[in-house]
Amino acid sequence: MIRYTLKRLLSLCISLAVASLVIFTVIEVAPGDPASFMLGINSQPETLAALRTELGLDASKVERYLSWVGGLLTGDFGTSYTYRTPVADMISARMWVSLPLALYALVLSTLIAFPAGIYAASRRGGPGDVGVMGATQLGVAVPNFWFAMMLVLIFAINLRWFAAGGFVGWDKGLWAGLHALTLPAIALALPQAAILARVMRSSLLDVLGEDYMRTARAKGLTARQALWRHGLRNALIPVLTIIGLQFSFLLAGSIIIEQVFYLPGLGRLVFQSISARDLIVVESVVMLLVFSVILVNFLVDLAYAAVDPRLRTRS
Amino acid sequence: MNRNLILGGALTAVFVLAAVVSFVWTPFDHTAMDIPNKLQGLGGTHLLGTDHFGRDILSMIMVGARTSIAVALVAVGIGMGLGIPLGLWAAARRGSLVDEIIMRGNDLVFAFPSLVIAILITAIFGASAINAIIAIGIFNIPVFARITRGAALSLWEREFILAARVAGKSAARISVEHILPNVTNLLIVQGTIQFSLGILAEAGLSYVGLGAQPPTPSWGRMLADAQTLVSIAPHMALMPGFAIILTVLGLNLMGDGLRDHLDPRLRVARA
Repeated sequence: MIRYTLKRLLSLCISLAVASLVIFTVIEVAPGDPASFMLGINSQPETLAALRTELGLDASKVERYLSWVGGLLTGDFGTSYTYRTPVADMISARMWVSLPLALYALVLSTLIAFPAGIYAASRRGGPGDVGVMGATQLGVAVPNFWFAMMLVLIFAINLRWFAAGGFVGWDKGLWAGLHALTLPAIALALPQAAILARVMRSSLLDVLGEDYMRTARAKGLTARQALWRHGLRNALIPVLTIIGLQFSFLLAGSIIIEQVFYLPGLGRLVFQSISARDLIVVESVVMLLVFSVILVNFLVDLAYAAVDPRLRTRS
Repeated sequence: MNRNLILGGALTAVFVLAAVVSFVWTPFDHTAMDIPNKLQGLGGTHLLGTDHFGRDILSMIMVGARTSIAVALVAVGIGMGLGIPLGLWAAARRGSLVDEIIMRGNDLVFAFPSLVIAILITAIFGASAINAIIAIGIFNIPVFARITRGAALSLWEREFILAARVAGKSAARISVEHILPNVTNLLIVQGTIQFSLGILAEAGLSYVGLGAQPPTPSWGRMLADAQTLVSIAPHMALMPGFAIILTVLGLNLMGDGLRDHLDPRLRVARA
């Protein structure tokens, strides 16, 4: 297990190094110089040169890449071109909206998908199964931002149970914060729940056909007991992978959903930074998103290997 | 023929037809503003109502179908065009350095959610339908590479491939002549799924302003326009939304139906 972990850790580091190189290069070829963008077209060459030195733009590319990566490692993400505040502060403030939102949605999606998938699998071919499967087909087809608008129309505008947008901040209390994130989380969770329910169902159906399930029935367990004691645990493995993958979809999806609800999260930060050509912020947020995806996949792999020793020897 | 395939095919056909017909005819000019008739509801001379500029929503949806279908189709084309050869190459050289590099490259692209790729691209080159296509297309490459490699790997172990090798055919020729035809069904099914995901992605990108720019109509931007007016003119949000849902639903049903139709073994146990 230690050997496996080290091996995976090494590949994690390589992935991160390559990803950072790709992001840096892509941003580097971007047309437009941040310094001249900040000063406008009528700027004097001397002021421009001074600003470029101040922002560190006149250093060589290699130096700038190394100082950017070095900064990322030590938590110093540089200074925003437009706001002149540390990028790390801007990101961490927004993180407290985006991350809880993605996690909230992940929990909701799991809470919806598990019962739905189990129910459908246990009533395979029956009207309950057909109903759940039909609902998931629809759930997969609904764009989450459109669903979000419908939630606003029904629950915020007509019923007035929730605010139509904005975020009160966590200092107003956990409940107030969660309340503000509920509609966005539901909108994010729905399509993911539909996918997860389908995976849960098919994984469970695979397991139900196994010999040990027949053995469990033969030793006198009811279908329900066999399902809960032996079926579910074994069916969970593929489901866990999907949950890991979904985290990245949820994080990326929250970028769009934040626009619907005017939430001050990472997505808003990115769009504001793009329009202000504040590329150092874009660079760091994208790196952070990619980092979290790679990290989650790494953790899922480890969790797997811990549960199923067979996977340690493979690859 | 099964029910999914017929229903899905019919739904898809309706929207493809709407897109094609929009080149020669729409009920109204989709760009024509008619302020006195703005925000009209369903029915009446404007079947699906009008938006805040009095533009005909049905006409906009028909022309918008063009954008959605074109973006998603080209994006799938990029994914297939690059992903399938890469997958075939990796499988032909399974276990080699080439295979390793291709697969790790795939993992890397997978680590960038498609929206993040789109953000990067638009941050640099600006928002446009072309950039949306590239962003969605890049994300499609590893999907097709992986599925092609996976299917090809098991084929390489089969006797008829061995026979071809004994006959002296090169790995490249075997890949094209024997492997590719045997994975086509799988690729068609995956293509339908990626097509529907492409339509959803295009809608999302143009909703946040990273996709097609005005005056090119797109379903996502119609929804963005509808957002602030959702309480007084809900039909502005409902109609493009239904268009997206029905198209995606149609493509997904068609994908399921095709899978069952092309591979009867899967008919019993399917996700």
